[in-house]
Amino acid sequence: MKKLINAPDEVVADALLGMAAAHPSLSVNVADRYITRAGGPTPGKVSLVSGGGSGHEPLHGGYVGYGMLDAACPGEVFTSPVPDQILAATKAVDGGAGVLHIVKNYTGDVLNFQMAAELAGDDGVRVEPVLVNDDVAVEDSTWTAGRRGTGATVLVEKIVGAAAERGIDLAGAVALGREVNDRSRSFGVALTPCTVPAAGKPGFELADDEIELGVGIHGEPGRARGRLVPAKEVAGTALAAIHADAPLSGDVLVMVNGLGGTPLIELYVVFAAVAEWLSGHNVTIARSLVGNYITSLEMAGCSVTVCRLTPQLADLWDAPVETPALRWGR
Amino acid sequence: MDVTRFRAWVAETARLVAANADRLTRLDAAIGDGDHGINLNRGFQAAAAMLEETAPATPGAVLAGVGRALISKTGGASGPLYGTGFRAAAKTLGEDPDVTGVQLGAALAAAVAGIRQLGAAGPGDKTMVDALEPAVHAYQVALDAGADLAGAARAAAEAAVRGLADTVPMQARKGRASYLGPRTVGHEDPGAASAALILQALATVSAGEAG
Repeated sequence: MKKLINAPDEVVADALLGMAAAHPSLSVNVADRYITRAGGPTPGKVSLVSGGGSGHEPLHGGYVGYGMLDAACPGEVFTSPVPDQILAATKAVDGGAGVLHIVKNYTGDVLNFQMAAELAGDDGVRVEPVLVNDDVAVEDSTWTAGRRGTGATVLVEKIVGAAAERGIDLAGAVALGREVNDRSRSFGVALTPCTVPAAGKPGFELADDEIELGVGIHGEPGRARGRLVPAKEVAGTALAAIHADAPLSGDVLVMVNGLGGTPLIELYVVFAAVAEWLSGHNVTIARSLVGNYITSLEMAGCSVTVCRLTPQLADLWDAPVETPALRWGR
Repeated sequence: MDVTRFRAWVAETARLVAANADRLTRLDAAIGDGDHGINLNRGFQAAAAMLEETAPATPGAVLAGVGRALISKTGGASGPLYGTGFRAAAKTLGEDPDVTGVQLGAALAAAVAGIRQLGAAGPGDKTMVDALEPAVHAYQVALDAGADLAGAARAAAEAAVRGLADTVPMQARKGRASYLGPRTVGHEDPGAASAALILQALATVSAGEAG
């Protein structure tokens, strides 16, 4: 294992110290493991709290700020946060209008957020969850834990965050979050595995000429292993899977997201292929995002997320945002 | 079984989980996300440290504290699941200073029921339930056949190990392993493996005591 760390057990705490030092706009509680905006809760605004395992940076801490999250709860690397820290963050940011939990559909995340929501309810804080499950690589059936939450998490946090600044109520925030999730689909591809610091070894193995199709954000396998093929074919596979699940048309938001170990130049090669495929299917790229937004440590590969936009969603996407990892219009 | 022995059960579990952490993580890496040993070790070390610090007075208080510690420190799905199991078991024991074989059987059954409810998992899903369910059954059968607490615990531990072996041909239907579908066949379930360790620890610490 070759990593820029001090000790495997201290990675999350050390990174939080770095977040605190780098971003005065954030208030970082290193001991209790949560990040909020520096100014405290905004009275009367629905607050957004998300969280999950660490190792997906900038998700979620990098999205705390105006127009997006009010708090983020980082767990250990690839391990869901515990109820105590989610509860503490929830209570810290409640501005009286209720708190929205944005939860990626993984068993651990779901159970820990559920327990925190019950405890917050006991303390008089209204909490509603929105479950993100956009990954088409997993079949949603009684045979699985259901689809995983991946790239659409960024979109839900941005779009609902904008609506919250404009005064949407908790029920409206839940409905909007579900709408964004329902209109979004993702598909990921891994070229190399990644190593959880505490484990010290890669989570899985891939031969030099192999790729994992439909990989999850923790390196969980998806549909199949395949041969390494040109980026155009990779993009075609991803979009065909998305299109087969929820036919694409009209204006879309496209995110080509790096998993941590893939250079931007390759992401743009993929984006070109995505644009060509969509153009050939009469789909218009109305908004786009290219870069590392929801990663898997140093894994090489990318995910493609497509959200079928409405004018309202596009408007909320364009609304001002000011976080360490996403900022425009302000 | 008194409070001292319940504390010994937790300490022995923490020791076994630490000794098997790499194995549990390896099993999890094969069909999950490769952190089960790391997480559960963190959880049980915290539980054992909590017992040292607070020295709960009754078996029920020991299990309730362990449940809270596991929920607070473990993370992942296993923290809430095992934590809920220990808390459910604690509730059936109340304030009793000494737990009979019959009481322990009811506590184990309550633990498994709590875990099944929270995780929405049943037998055959390739989860910890596949070790726990047969263990609870074997415990009851042994007790009904006249075994004492230690004998029933031994039967439970053995049944859990068989349950673990039975997970090998199963296809996972819950948790992150379910994403692999058929590729989970041929591997032991890491949750069933850790459940077997907890019951093995119970058998070990109860062995010194006549029921």
